[in-house]
Amino acid sequence: MTATLQPLTALQAGQKAVVADLTLPPEARGRLQELGLVVGTPVELVRYALLNDPLEIRFRGYNLSLRRHEAEQIYVQPIP
Amino acid sequence: MSSGGATGMSSPKTPPTALRGPGAPAAYLFITGNPNSGKTTLFNALTGLRAKVGNYPGVTVERKEGRMQGAGEGRQVTVLDLPGTYSLSPHSPDEQVARDALFHRIPEVPAPAVVAVVADASNLQRNLYLATQIIELGHPTVVVLNMMDVARKNGIEVDASALEAALGVPVIPVVASSGEGVPAFKRAVNDIIQGRRSAVGARSFCEPSAPFAAEAQAVAAGIPQPVTPQHSLAEALLLLSDDRFLESSAGHYPESIREAIRAARRRLEESGVDWRSAVIESRYQAIAAIQQNVTREATPPGHTFSDRLDRVLTHKVWGLLVFVAVLAAIFQSIFTLAQVPMEGLEHGVSWLGQHVEAWMPPGALRNLLVDGVIAGVGAVVVFLPQICLLFLFLGLLEDSGYMARAAFLMDRLMTKVGLHGKSFIPMLSSFACAIPGIMATRTIENQRDRLATILIAPLMSCSARLPVYTVLIAACIPDRELWGGLRAPGLVMLGMYGLGIAAALGMAWLFKNTLLRGPTPMLIMELPPYRRPMARTVLRHVWDRARLFLTQAGTIILLINILLWFLVSYPHNQDTRTRFEARRAAVQAVPPTATAPEAAAARAAELARIDAEEKGEVLRSSFAGRLGRAIEPLIAPLGFDWRIGIAIVSSFAAREVFVSTLSQVYDVGDEDDPAEGGNKLAGVMRLEKRPDGSPMFTTLLGVSLMVFYVFALQCVSTIAVVRRETASWKWPLFQWFYMGALAWGFSFVVWQGGRLLGWQ
Repeated sequence: MTATLQPLTALQAGQKAVVADLTLPPEARGRLQELGLVVGTPVELVRYALLNDPLEIRFRGYNLSLRRHEAEQIYVQPIP
Repeated sequence: MSSGGATGMSSPKTPPTALRGPGAPAAYLFITGNPNSGKTTLFNALTGLRAKVGNYPGVTVERKEGRMQGAGEGRQVTVLDLPGTYSLSPHSPDEQVARDALFHRIPEVPAPAVVAVVADASNLQRNLYLATQIIELGHPTVVVLNMMDVARKNGIEVDASALEAALGVPVIPVVASSGEGVPAFKRAVNDIIQGRRSAVGARSFCEPSAPFAAEAQAVAAGIPQPVTPQHSLAEALLLLSDDRFLESSAGHYPESIREAIRAARRRLEESGVDWRSAVIESRYQAIAAIQQNVTREATPPGHTFSDRLDRVLTHKVWGLLVFVAVLAAIFQSIFTLAQVPMEGLEHGVSWLGQHVEAWMPPGALRNLLVDGVIAGVGAVVVFLPQICLLFLFLGLLEDSGYMARAAFLMDRLMTKVGLHGKSFIPMLSSFACAIPGIMATRTIENQRDRLATILIAPLMSCSARLPVYTVLIAACIPDRELWGGLRAPGLVMLGMYGLGIAAALGMAWLFKNTLLRGPTPMLIMELPPYRRPMARTVLRHVWDRARLFLTQAGTIILLINILLWFLVSYPHNQDTRTRFEARRAAVQAVPPTATAPEAAAARAAELARIDAEEKGEVLRSSFAGRLGRAIEPLIAPLGFDWRIGIAIVSSFAAREVFVSTLSQVYDVGDEDDPAEGGNKLAGVMRLEKRPDGSPMFTTLLGVSLMVFYVFALQCVSTIAVVRRETASWKWPLFQWFYMGALAWGFSFVVWQGGRLLGWQ
């Protein structure tokens, strides 16, 4: 199970996954959770900006951008 | 709550004057909600065009309040538009103000009679997070379900009455942009204020595990002054689960509670409870269940118009091209469109000055009025066209949702110097004028980043440097072709702009790594759906900015301009005046034998020359002249003499004053047409010699002086605006010194280095 976990940044644009773990420092983690990115939330990687940073994701019906640095610490279970 | 006492206000016996008097308590309606939920649109719909805009004490967070129109029923309702926030856990000064107002922690803000939480119906879950948090606080609360039209368009039907049943407080569906549902909302607010409708929620929206609930109960019992007595449990949950909430509440909780909270967290950690996540996760579970029950997806969610637009606008290649095109269009329009009203204002001010001059008897009072006050007002209002235009465009970008995309596109570039994508637009705006650029930094949430952007913004060469560069290039840079058709003047001009940009980026990096060191702020930023900007919102934004500038910065600018006028005009020397009067009289006394037009013209020219000489003499012997001489030892190592010193001192009012002051110093006199005056001045400057007979304005001196103007903060208006935007004199003074030091250092290197290399 854990073996298949990937950081969010491993997803291709357009790929969907479910949030499995947030290993960010408390402040960033708390903010993302308040915004609805809690464990178990389905999320879609919408696109990467130039040079793959920042990136745009979609969950709970809205779009959010975050930097690669934060996204690398969000682990997801891809939906095949 | 005090809502019971309010009903007495509608009694016919109450004299109406008492309602308007200072003692009459207006009922406060707070409007809160997520950013982009349409809060401000609702505020505008409720208050019409009358609203007061100011700051909360000690912070540069905008406070907007206004009277609810058509409130009726005796009691006035004051609407307070709180800054947008995603939760009660503050991550920025804006969010902290929103939280503090809801917790009665701002002495100037009374307790709310009603709290309206604006929730975006097309993005219900995240909006309900804040809404449920606020309902639990126990204020009378109304949930305003906004953007029902957008939700419908996206195929989502929200059942407002089902939501009302689930939340336990009134839910009013509205479309704030069209005004649909706003009357119903006003009725609901009135009903609640009059005590006819209950709006205090009783439900809790998170059910943490038993150990957590027990700890929360214990903490709740110890809270001395809960926000409302019946809801201390909600406050205890916040305190227990949220570091930020506790950290940002310094002084509001006694040490005993803090210690109890720390102990409770330790116990929870030991039993394996993630106290940071437990409450948030539980709340989102409850919200997801509510949302399932109250919404129906009429059509399966597909790609909206906004999604399709974003495929182009945030595309790696097309997105950047569109961005560059948008910016180019904006700057072209600012330069061309602002020119006309700016010239109009300048003409208007000089027209006024001339009329007052003609109408008043000569004397110190007239000089004060014309050259001090009226010219000072001119110096303030001349910024208005640029400020208005820039904020018109920024308002359009912001209200349409494009601004977040611009930050998304530019973020990578800006992080290289430790800044945020949102710093890009203010920096770019500063090419037109640093004042709107600095005012535009308010969109940057992180204080350190905002400050860093404010500190570097004036390094971008603004339009006021242009006349300085132009005159110096004309006077000092020979018009030679260098390489491949590139000419020296153009290259030097480009070089000055490049130097400013490089310095701005370098200083940003330096500040972010020293003085304003901190983690690179996160870019956790919503990309809201695109929508058509609303004329009312955008124009109101422009109006608020213009008014803020005039009332807050304008007064300081005016005062300093009057002071500078005094420095360049005083002390008066009676001898000088008598001497020049005599010379004028001598010219005028020549009997008009020759009535030929050439003779009359020659006489007029002679008189003008005498006037110019007198002005030059007055200036040279003025306080500013003495200051120029006093600072000569300081600026001599840069190649500058005391005459340039005078121009530097007086152009502290605004950089372009450099040109007119030099004209006076070199007895060129005033010229109505600035281009003409500049050419004439450049011609005189080319002939100017140093005491040893060598030419004064050499290429090297020109470059040294231009470099000085690239860096030096020669603009009182910028200083006044920075003072306002940072709410202290500390930062503008620091900025003035650091930029002055850079200016001196770089000019020193240019002049001394150039001379060592044998350049001229």
